[in-house]
Amino acid sequence: MAAVAGSETIRRGRAPGRVGNAIFRGVSSSAGITIVVLLGLVAAFLVYRAVPALLATREELADVGFMRGQSLLGYVAPLAFGTVLSSVIALVVAVPLSIGIALFISHYAPRRLAQGLGYLVDLLAAIPSVIFGLWGLQFLQPLVGPLFQWLSDHMGWFPPFSGYVGPAKNIMTAGLVLAVMILPIITATIREVFLQTPRLHEEASLALGATRWEMIRQAVLPFGRSGIISAAMLGMGRALGETMAVLMVLAPGFAMNLYVLRPGQHQSIAANIANQFPEAGALGADVLIATGLFLFLLTFAVNLAARWVINRRAEFSGAN
Amino acid sequence: MSKRIDVSDLDVYYGDFLAVEGVTMTIEARSITALIGPSGCGKSTFLRTLNRMHEVIPGARVEGKAVMDGVDLYGKHVDPVEVRRQIGMVFQRPNPFPTMSIADNVLAGVKLNNRRLPRSEQEEIVERALTGANLWNEVKDRLNRPGSSLSGGQQQRLCIARAIAVRPQVLLMDEPCSALDPISTLAIEDLMNELKDDYTIVIVTHNMQQAARVSDRTGFFNIAGTGKPGRLIEIDDTSVMFSSPSQKATEDYISGRFG
Ligand SMILES: Nc1ncnc2c1ncn2[C@@H]1O[C@H](COP(=O)(O)OP(=O)(O)O)[C@@H](O)[C@H]1O
Ligand SMILES: [Mg+2]
Repeated sequence: MAAVAGSETIRRGRAPGRVGNAIFRGVSSSAGITIVVLLGLVAAFLVYRAVPALLATREELADVGFMRGQSLLGYVAPLAFGTVLSSVIALVVAVPLSIGIALFISHYAPRRLAQGLGYLVDLLAAIPSVIFGLWGLQFLQPLVGPLFQWLSDHMGWFPPFSGYVGPAKNIMTAGLVLAVMILPIITATIREVFLQTPRLHEEASLALGATRWEMIRQAVLPFGRSGIISAAMLGMGRALGETMAVLMVLAPGFAMNLYVLRPGQHQSIAANIANQFPEAGALGADVLIATGLFLFLLTFAVNLAARWVINRRAEFSGAN
Repeated sequence: MSKRIDVSDLDVYYGDFLAVEGVTMTIEARSITALIGPSGCGKSTFLRTLNRMHEVIPGARVEGKAVMDGVDLYGKHVDPVEVRRQIGMVFQRPNPFPTMSIADNVLAGVKLNNRRLPRSEQEEIVERALTGANLWNEVKDRLNRPGSSLSGGQQQRLCIARAIAVRPQVLLMDEPCSALDPISTLAIEDLMNELKDDYTIVIVTHNMQQAARVSDRTGFFNIAGTGKPGRLIEIDDTSVMFSSPSQKATEDYISGRFG
């Protein structure tokens, strides 16, 4: 013992490995700072350009042709409504589908097939949104037209489905195109979460005599719950801000209603900006940027809500 | 509520690898059978075949028979799900469902069989199973807390409660105490002693004192070398195995000469 004591005292000066640690800390914190600064700059730009529109009087706004005499809030409201409606339609379609695909890849398909499917879904994410817009316009629209007609004829007693008018340039078609667009990111995220289900818990369930589906409901889905919500929010974030596909597919309108099969009822914020910006004057541009600020806040609020939902049952999440 | 299992000439493969070879043994009803042996000799592998949990591992398969109640567990028309409802399992690491409350954990298996259980009946089952697992007094005031809020020993007893809540015939335990402190270990050993009045219990342990303390019969597994299959060397009453085993290898292992 005595012999050891001399060489094993605590050394003075820096321990080996300190330099690498310092570099890593520097890199990671500057990356963190960069993202905050970038976000701040974007927000500052939005606010700075939106202020003139926010402060403009009714008379000044009346000169902006595309506002048709409305106040700023009156102008944004239907756009925000259309944005949320199209995104919600997209989520309602995409999330269950994604869960199904992710489950198939993670728990049902033989390994080879699972891999192939995984790549295919990832590939879908690499397609530019203009292509999705074209696809929606030329392929999906003619395809869903008869289906919508049937829905309207047979389930028209349910008001949202009433009054279909062809061609299907309605928010339902836009929502479906959005659904296909956000499918890859949602599926990929959920798949990763499902693959991380602890084997321990899957075996616990199987050993109780659960069938595979029961095991999935008992162990996989609850474990993946917060991941599913996060994935849905990622997809929603993308759907809220998507421009091209909506611009190309939807016949715009400024109503706030749930007639999802009628054309000329709705419009999204992003598509509207793209639509009006080329011909907007100075104040007009500011108004459009103000709607952009609104979209920014909307997306932010959606993410906050998701956080809140996830944290509410954090105790039961399996993370502790 | 307790049955015996007759295993005859059982081989277990992982793909092409023969992991366990030629096991023949009788697992007596209402008693505790301990399986001991050096690590890697196939104790867990063998145990998992008894409720067909080996089928969860891709490529794993068995040859041979395990008969309970006149039915071969591996028979063509026997559903593994049905086998597992009769033969429960407790794992090495406590694995309560983290997304469920204590009460829901206990009911997890019961609800698989019977979705719409009246509330009063649910409460009855929870109390009975938790009492049976010597956990009721510790958790009765916080049945709605997550199962993961319990200590390791309590979690393991919760897993035992979950397993016995469905009233299985047999309870398999794979080193149930190896992740626990000595006091929790004693609590579980006491519990096993009580449970054997109602259940057939098979426990894998690498703690020979534990085997000597709790079991009625002990089986010794050994392996000739890496890559060779594990084999059952002998199985006998625990008192005999620990005083005068008939095989040299058993004696060497028990007296601590290897393993
Ligand atoms: N999932 C598996 N896939 C392939 N080989 C396995 C698997 N599990 C265990 N084995 C092999 O089977 C043999 C027995 O392992 P195991 O049953 O875990 O032994 P024990 O429980 O006695 O320590 C070992 O050689 C081990 O490497
Ligand atoms: Mg083992």
